[in-house]
Amino acid sequence: MATRHQTTLARLMVAPSVLLLLGWMIVPLGMTLWFSFQSYNLLSPGMERFIGFLNYEYFLSDPAFWTSMRNTLMLVGGVLVITVGGGIALALLLDQPMRGQGMVRILVIAPFFIMPTVSALVWKNMFMNPVNGLFAWMAKAVGAQPIDFLAEAPLMSIILIVSWQWLPFATLILLTALQSLDSEQMEAAEMDGAGAFSKFTYLVLPHLSRAITVVILIETIFLLSVFAEILVTTNGGPGYQSTNLTFLVYSQALLQFDVGGASAGGIVAVILANIVAIFLMRMIGKTLE
Amino acid sequence: MARNVSETRRWTVTFIAWGIALVIFFPILWTILTSFKSEADAIASPPKFLFFDWTTRNYSEVQARSPYFRHFSNSVVISIGSTLLGLLIAIPAAWSMAFQPAKRTKDLLMWMLSTKMMPAAGVLIPIYLLFRSWGLLDTRLGITVVLMLINLPIITWMLYTYFREIPGEILEAARMDGASLKNEILYVLTPMAVPGIASTLLLNVILAWNEAFWTLNLTTSQAAPLTTFIASYSSPEGLFYAKLSAASTMAIAPILILGWFSQKQLVRGLTFGAVK
Amino acid sequence: MGSITLKSVRKAFGDVEVIPGVDLEINDGEFVVFVGPSGCGKSTLLRLIAGLEDVSSGQILIDGQDVTHAAPARRGLAMVFQSYALYPHMSVRKNIAFPLKMAGMAAAEQERRVSHAAGILNLTDYLDRRPGQLSGGQRQRVAIGRAIVREPSAFLFDEPLSNLDAALRVNMRVEISELHKKLATTMVYVTHDQVEAMTMADKIVVLRAGRIEQVGSPLDLYRRPANRFVAGFIGSPNMNFLEGQAAGTHDAHAIGVRPEHWRLSTSEGAFGGTVGVAEHLGSDTFLHVDLDDGTHVVARAEGEFPVDHGDRIHLTPQEGRVYRFDQQGLAI
Repeated sequence: MATRHQTTLARLMVAPSVLLLLGWMIVPLGMTLWFSFQSYNLLSPGMERFIGFLNYEYFLSDPAFWTSMRNTLMLVGGVLVITVGGGIALALLLDQPMRGQGMVRILVIAPFFIMPTVSALVWKNMFMNPVNGLFAWMAKAVGAQPIDFLAEAPLMSIILIVSWQWLPFATLILLTALQSLDSEQMEAAEMDGAGAFSKFTYLVLPHLSRAITVVILIETIFLLSVFAEILVTTNGGPGYQSTNLTFLVYSQALLQFDVGGASAGGIVAVILANIVAIFLMRMIGKTLE
Repeated sequence: MARNVSETRRWTVTFIAWGIALVIFFPILWTILTSFKSEADAIASPPKFLFFDWTTRNYSEVQARSPYFRHFSNSVVISIGSTLLGLLIAIPAAWSMAFQPAKRTKDLLMWMLSTKMMPAAGVLIPIYLLFRSWGLLDTRLGITVVLMLINLPIITWMLYTYFREIPGEILEAARMDGASLKNEILYVLTPMAVPGIASTLLLNVILAWNEAFWTLNLTTSQAAPLTTFIASYSSPEGLFYAKLSAASTMAIAPILILGWFSQKQLVRGLTFGAVK
Repeated sequence: MGSITLKSVRKAFGDVEVIPGVDLEINDGEFVVFVGPSGCGKSTLLRLIAGLEDVSSGQILIDGQDVTHAAPARRGLAMVFQSYALYPHMSVRKNIAFPLKMAGMAAAEQERRVSHAAGILNLTDYLDRRPGQLSGGQRQRVAIGRAIVREPSAFLFDEPLSNLDAALRVNMRVEISELHKKLATTMVYVTHDQVEAMTMADKIVVLRAGRIEQVGSPLDLYRRPANRFVAGFIGSPNMNFLEGQAAGTHDAHAIGVRPEHWRLSTSEGAFGGTVGVAEHLGSDTFLHVDLDDGTHVVARAEGEFPVDHGDRIHLTPQEGRVYRFDQQGLAI
């Protein structure tokens, strides 16, 4: 229906954003790829040379890489289990009739708006600190030995902090999805003699499946790149115990100035994210129509 | 649902829900409370919840550390600036994709989204090096452009889903009513698009405000927003709980309030319209 | 004035031809209804007249002027959309005044026309509300109000009642008919509901697959349908068709008998059958009858007719009320 003139105009209107994103994606990614085949250290400028897959060999044979890989997966997996499981439970609870539902919702969603550096520092100092933290006081109050969470269980502690930030997200989305469940459908199931458990497994869960998938995939994208929480709490330590792939690339590049090695790590991270992305794109693609 | 829920059950649910909500909210509440304590009260054992000498000294002390307002205004400039810049570029794009869709429009949108999925670690090094050689490290301009770029796909998507909800018949009605293109945009399209644009703006200001990968890596002092500033409390200042809390409260308060207003749009924006 | 002439108007979307070529004359002041099953091209035809779609070939004349390539607003027509297409952010007053404002009319004159229209449509008390605060019927009236203030040469209605519930639909039908009498302006009305067509139209245009099957007054179409399609479409309940031997005795490929044109008897008649369902409405009784040869027919009896499920019944067509159709479905 559109005239040729309108079509041209439409293309011109889309062009800036496409070109910008293209530049933002292709140029740096190409450079990362290029660096990953170079011996390139910021401390010895002018010594760059092509070394093939050597960076990858070093990076992949470095025990730190495998530790950080494991940590990355543990972090993503742990947070997902907590937030999706907790999110479903909370969403079901909040969907019940109660007093002050709006206020409860506001309280539950709040952690999502807290900037990562703040939440990490608050948890680190005011809760997990072995001397002055609230957890230490609670331990002492029941006569137990306070735990230095970030030294003794650094990854678990970070999982806890990140879960606290993402639980509201999962809850909010699952609650929204839950509220779109047709109440007549539930009543029909009740007429058919379904109990609370059957209603949950046969009606609620299938209805939520799409929202759950969306939550899992979107959280995964963000969780693969957790950075600030690690930087301000443990700095990746002790040793590499709480280093994830993103943090490893950062420390390789900006702390050890090994651009080549860090770039190889960056490419590995891109590949990992792409595997996740493929699934996510399929999911969202279906919702477009 | 006209349904009778027994009062007992309603109160039980209310009790449990409020209990859980307060536990989840507690760290924030605790931070706010601590910000009004003296440093001694802040680490008192047993902890003091409400009965302590309330003081606003921490706030004035944090502000006395002169850079605080610089970081706050950096956060404002960067988050609002990157969002406005993003809107400027995304509105025409989303507009034409919603009202003049081509065969490839869907693919294009998916591709834009895919750029959002590229892990920051994959492009950190070149961006850092480019910024270093262009003198953009620790500048407001540099970080604003980067945040605009990482949020551009979300902005475009959100606008697209909002614009698509404007019914085509209304535009036709305006044409039948004799509106010129200029009047159509002025009197019909813009008023109908404003709510969608406003929610997009809100959500993206929040996302940009809290962004903590690029801000931490590309700014240090001059252009550092609150994320970077707060990170500097990591140690040893972090042990001054009351001041840390005051700084944190000021950093999160504006966005917490904005966030509460944007709950509904949040779901839609973050799931790219997949959950409404 | 508001006469509309279509000359071999053709419309194709890409390779798909929705309107192969239509010639039609709409006289000034006429109430013309385009009726047909969904997908027959009736809405497209209306949008072509409105100028919301470009014709692929052919000509559209309004009052003798060629407007084939004129912009919608230049054609002097007003349209009421199926979804009403009210501007949600404007009050009722502003909605109605919008076309006047676009035409650059003086504020006082705008106000005068808006209150006049509001008076006609019983909207005076709602002028400061937003469309979202109105009921379906009120929104419908606002949409009509927006159309009448322009004093167009013709009104176009695109299935305007399809979003209303049954009772409201009947009321609005009457209101639109009264409006037509009052304004005496040409109206072109699209619907898939043959009852709306029969009750409102001066002239009905029956469309199928983009072609005009027949044009005529409601009673013309009822009495003399040009073919089986029109015969089946006009009249409620639908005409019964009989083929084979029954048709053979009338020297036709198929015959049609309207439900109201049977003579009923419990003892004897041309066709014997068994009552399946008897719908007793009080004023009428509709009998669903399975004839002995397996054909299913509907018959209307006046008043209360004392038969029930399973009863035997005999049907005979009334004299001169048998429609005959040839192999191609054309009326003989």
